[in-house]
Amino acid sequence: MIELEGLTKRYGEKVAVDNLTFTVRPGIVTGFLGPNGAGKSTTMRMILGLDHPTAGDVRVDGTHYDRLKDPLTDIGALLEAKGVHPGRSAYNHLLWLAQSNGIPERRVREVLDEVGLTAVARKKAKGFSLGMGQRLGIAAALLGDPRILMFDEPVNGLDPEGIHWIRTLMKSLAEQGRTVFVSSHLMSEMALTADHLVVIGQGRLLADTSMAEFIRRNSRSYVRVRTPQREALLDALHRAGVTAVDGADGTLEVDGTPAEAIGELAARDGVVLHELSPQQASLEEAFMQLTAESVEYHAHTGAPLPPQQQQQQQWGESWRKG
Amino acid sequence: MATGQVVRSEWTKIRSVASTVWTLSTAVVVTIALGMLISALSKNEFDNLGEREQLSFDPTFISFAGTSLGQLAMIVFGVLVVSNEYSTGMIRASLAAVPKRGVFLFSKLAVATALAFVVGMATSFATFFLGQLMLGDLRASIGDDGVLRAVVGGGLYMTLIALFSMGVAAMLRSPMLSLGILMPFFFLISNILGNVSATEKVGRFLPDQAGSRIMRVVTPVDDDTPYGPWGGLGIMALWVIAAVAGGYVLLKRRDAQ
Ligand SMILES: Nc1ncnc2c1ncn2[C@@H]1O[C@H](COP(=O)(O)OP(=O)(O)OP(=O)(O)O)[C@@H](O)[C@H]1O
Ligand SMILES: [Mg+2]
Repeated sequence: MIELEGLTKRYGEKVAVDNLTFTVRPGIVTGFLGPNGAGKSTTMRMILGLDHPTAGDVRVDGTHYDRLKDPLTDIGALLEAKGVHPGRSAYNHLLWLAQSNGIPERRVREVLDEVGLTAVARKKAKGFSLGMGQRLGIAAALLGDPRILMFDEPVNGLDPEGIHWIRTLMKSLAEQGRTVFVSSHLMSEMALTADHLVVIGQGRLLADTSMAEFIRRNSRSYVRVRTPQREALLDALHRAGVTAVDGADGTLEVDGTPAEAIGELAARDGVVLHELSPQQASLEEAFMQLTAESVEYHAHTGAPLPPQQQQQQQWGESWRKG
Repeated sequence: MATGQVVRSEWTKIRSVASTVWTLSTAVVVTIALGMLISALSKNEFDNLGEREQLSFDPTFISFAGTSLGQLAMIVFGVLVVSNEYSTGMIRASLAAVPKRGVFLFSKLAVATALAFVVGMATSFATFFLGQLMLGDLRASIGDDGVLRAVVGGGLYMTLIALFSMGVAAMLRSPMLSLGILMPFFFLISNILGNVSATEKVGRFLPDQAGSRIMRVVTPVDDDTPYGPWGGLGIMALWVIAAVAGGYVLLKRRDAQ
């Protein structure tokens, strides 16, 4: 269990993490979602006592991290930066980690085997590919057989097989009753692995719900309509008190009215339809919508946007286009 | 968190990177080779020296002439041991494994200092005996007054230089910045300050100048240095304590990066 209470981190003027309060529970995979620069990695570093919080508190199994005796046996983490000396072998990297926490050397061989690095165990880390480096980081997290696991963007650099492997691994770790906390900036990735979702934007908490609840609340259903008689259809809809908005590629999107009703309105006026299809906004869109709101909220305060927020808006826009 | 575990872990770290071997072996080879060369040259030059210089002739100190260059390799060793943690981002893995930052730093320094001590002491004895071999008739004997103290002191000097560098690197974090300050300082600036009469009085309180006093057996004629061999080493030790304390305080306060 990881408990955050009002956790805040400021780097100079920049607020990276803003008053976060939530709990990561055992037995499930908790996804930690946010766009680039949202503060995910910073939050994880504070959980490990690496960065000092500006305010607030964070506890691991009820204790401050630096009070844990042999912390690697309680919580294992894969961080964003690899943290491996390029001239040291994978084996020796894991060996010094193990020794520092009184973990038997046999575990080094076990985790190397588990992540599939046994063949290159004695090779220097500088020759490792991105994916091998990621596997070594995961081996280090598993080393102390900890009850809590934390992964910062674990699928980075992994091939499809590796991605499948890490998903399965996270689920099985959670099934064993462990606490699994994993960050990502891809909603689609989280949808496949996470049972619970914590979403942040600009360092603030935007959502803390179960995955199912998040989908139910945030996804929008609408009807997509395509017609060569755009004005005629808009008239017909307008008279019935239905509003339509422009969608992609010259389509119209109608919220809150069933497809049947739209079809009948069009038929009454003799409007030709080329498409009439109920749509469910994707999870990615739901996530976009949520984080975009946090950006709008800031923009409406009237102050000019700091560069970071502008960046996030652009990030959102590019997603909508793509 | 047992300190013994952390010490073992730091030993694994230090023995599993190539820089440990090449920095320390460079220190040994350079100190001994240069010491032998200068001893041999001094022997040939002795007859051409004035009476004053002949009276100040210190065969023990001459055999340690290689230290001035060899210490630079010790500095590189000390800097890399600490700053590698930062340049590779390993510091985060290290402090996640050992969140008690004092335990982490002092275990690392203990292991690296012990290694520097063993290597420094062996180098010191080797450089003395091989240097005396080159000096022929002019040689000093290990049994002579103050000679053993000077030879043991030479080993301590090398150890303290390494530890001082570790403290500085713990404060500065970047290997380039640490080396960029320490190397020119010990190779040039300290020598210049020590040899220009206006700054001489300040220069001799610098760590290397004060510390190297312990390697002298014969006091130069007209010497007015206000401290003796152990006093000089004590001054150097104060510098070392200041550097290590500074490194500790900053490590404690800063975010790990
Ligand atoms: N050490 C630091 N010094 C100054 N600013 C920092 C530091 N670390 C992070 N930041 C800033 O804090 C904000 C949050 O960064 P963080 O890396 O935690 O985001 P993230 O959610 O992990 O993003 P990403 O998805 O890109 O990994 C960013 O604006 C970043 O520039
Ligand atoms: Mg990150």
